[in-house]
Amino acid sequence: MNNNKKHLTLNMQEIVSGYLFIAPILLSLIVWTVGPVLYSLYISFQQFSFLNPSAAKWVYFDNYIEVFQDKTFHKALLNTLKYSAAVVPIQTFIALVLGYICSRKIRFKTFFRGAYYLPSVTSSVAVSTIFMFLFSGKGIINIFMVNFGFEAKSWFATPKYALMLCMVIAIWTTVGTFMIVFMAGLADIPNEIYEAAAVDGANEIQNFFKITVPLLRPTTFFVVIIGLIGTLQIFDYAFIISKGEGGPVDSTLTIVLYLYKKAFKHFDMGYASAMAFILFIIIFAITLIQKKFFEQGMEQE
Amino acid sequence: MQHQTIVRPRAHRPIEWDIIFGKCMTLLFYIILFSYAAITIGPFLWAFYCSFRTAADVNKMTIDFSNLTLSNYLYIAQKSPLGSWYMNSILIATIVTTANLFFNSLGGYALSRIKFPGRKIIFLFILGTMMIPSQITMIPTYIILSKLNWVNTYWGLTVPFLTGSFGVFMMRQFFMGIPIELEEAARLDGLGRFGIFTRIILPISKPALVSQMILIFMGNWNSFLWPTLLTSKKQMYTLPVGLNSLQNQYYSFQNQVMAGAMYLSIPMIILFLIFQRHFIQGIASTGSKG
Repeated sequence: MNNNKKHLTLNMQEIVSGYLFIAPILLSLIVWTVGPVLYSLYISFQQFSFLNPSAAKWVYFDNYIEVFQDKTFHKALLNTLKYSAAVVPIQTFIALVLGYICSRKIRFKTFFRGAYYLPSVTSSVAVSTIFMFLFSGKGIINIFMVNFGFEAKSWFATPKYALMLCMVIAIWTTVGTFMIVFMAGLADIPNEIYEAAAVDGANEIQNFFKITVPLLRPTTFFVVIIGLIGTLQIFDYAFIISKGEGGPVDSTLTIVLYLYKKAFKHFDMGYASAMAFILFIIIFAITLIQKKFFEQGMEQE
Repeated sequence: MQHQTIVRPRAHRPIEWDIIFGKCMTLLFYIILFSYAAITIGPFLWAFYCSFRTAADVNKMTIDFSNLTLSNYLYIAQKSPLGSWYMNSILIATIVTTANLFFNSLGGYALSRIKFPGRKIIFLFILGTMMIPSQITMIPTYIILSKLNWVNTYWGLTVPFLTGSFGVFMMRQFFMGIPIELEEAARLDGLGRFGIFTRIILPISKPALVSQMILIFMGNWNSFLWPTLLTSKKQMYTLPVGLNSLQNQYYSFQNQVMAGAMYLSIPMIILFLIFQRHFIQGIASTGSKG
């Protein structure tokens, strides 16, 4: 009897401490995530301006319909998709190759790993500023171009090149991070497999394509998904190199930058919220498709 | 190499080719390694070097150490509230990181060890919030903070960011790997949950805490979107927002802008050089369990 009672109070203590431990996170998530998500959903059905919230009026799906018909949104969506489609495969490939090489027995491993990760510890503002300097009108890249017989270009003022430079900056900064993720994945592949392959006379290139790439599939999936989620939300580089405008001629206008402009420059927050939800759905859908694609690949093996 | 070479018994292959091929591969590896290192370090070194040059020299292709000057650094320090920006960045990143470490490990511990009703649902809920992009919460958060008059204050720049779902998840995964016997002994000695957490669990969780500390500190130090949104007074800018404003202001004086870029990136680079191993571990730990 007594024992039972003691057990009960102990159990109560357990439960209370469990709730107390989790309380700060739950509270914070409710106030700063769940609440805002619901509120955002609510105003996405309204014509809502921050400057005059009391004048908000219900427009139901009009914001969403308008977003879909908005030419500027199409442009932003296209820019963002182009950006993702270029950045994700290239950065994944470079990170994989570098991660593979750095996992072999090589000299100066710490130096190389450190050098490749260096851009990832640097702020997007510093990185963008440095690239704007390198690619400026009289900058070192143009000097090289002229020396090699090409024309100097005004990189950031030309629509064709501005988004491309965002891509270059993004790849340059992210490769290091994903290389380290790949190295962690590579460390999990037992050495015996390579040794067995060596006995069979397999060379380095065959090793890479027949052993490393298939066994790394889960890591690659992680890298591609995180890469996609990150690139679809691109904001910093586009904002910084275009001074918050997305120019020249909307060529660096990405979805998040357009959303930011709508919400905090034009204060059209209902419309911007609708855009945020559309972006969320796009990210979610792409993640699901990728998951399917990778799972299929794994079943085939 | 063609497929046939694999099938053929080893002894029949001319051995020299093996060695030559291997040597070529090694050479290729080092060429790739050094070229990519030049790509990542080169821009930094050039920017660093140019931050000491005069405006007249800044884009010259020559390397000349005789004309270098500190005046760009001094100019930026005099003409901008650089001290306040440093203070803001350090203070905010420290508060956010400390709070995250404490709250996330507290929550992660509850989710891994303490049995209470609803634990599973709460865990799924926390995982679910990881999916939500910050663009969705950005607008309401801004509205809430401006209603509270917290725009341009430390409150606004810290309070919404004191916990993180991903951190909770990481800590939970780590705690799951700690043998439960350690805690049971402490329980028999009469330690409560909080005592076990602070005296037994936290001290042996240093690797996970350090990894997370680095990730959060770095993320917060480099964060751009939120502080851009939540500050409009120059004095309240964080370092990245401040530097970006300089960049817009002094666009034609690139040597000064580069000095600004160095003010912003050098502290993080020094931290990285000192704690390189921990940085690498931190990043690796995000991926391996993903």
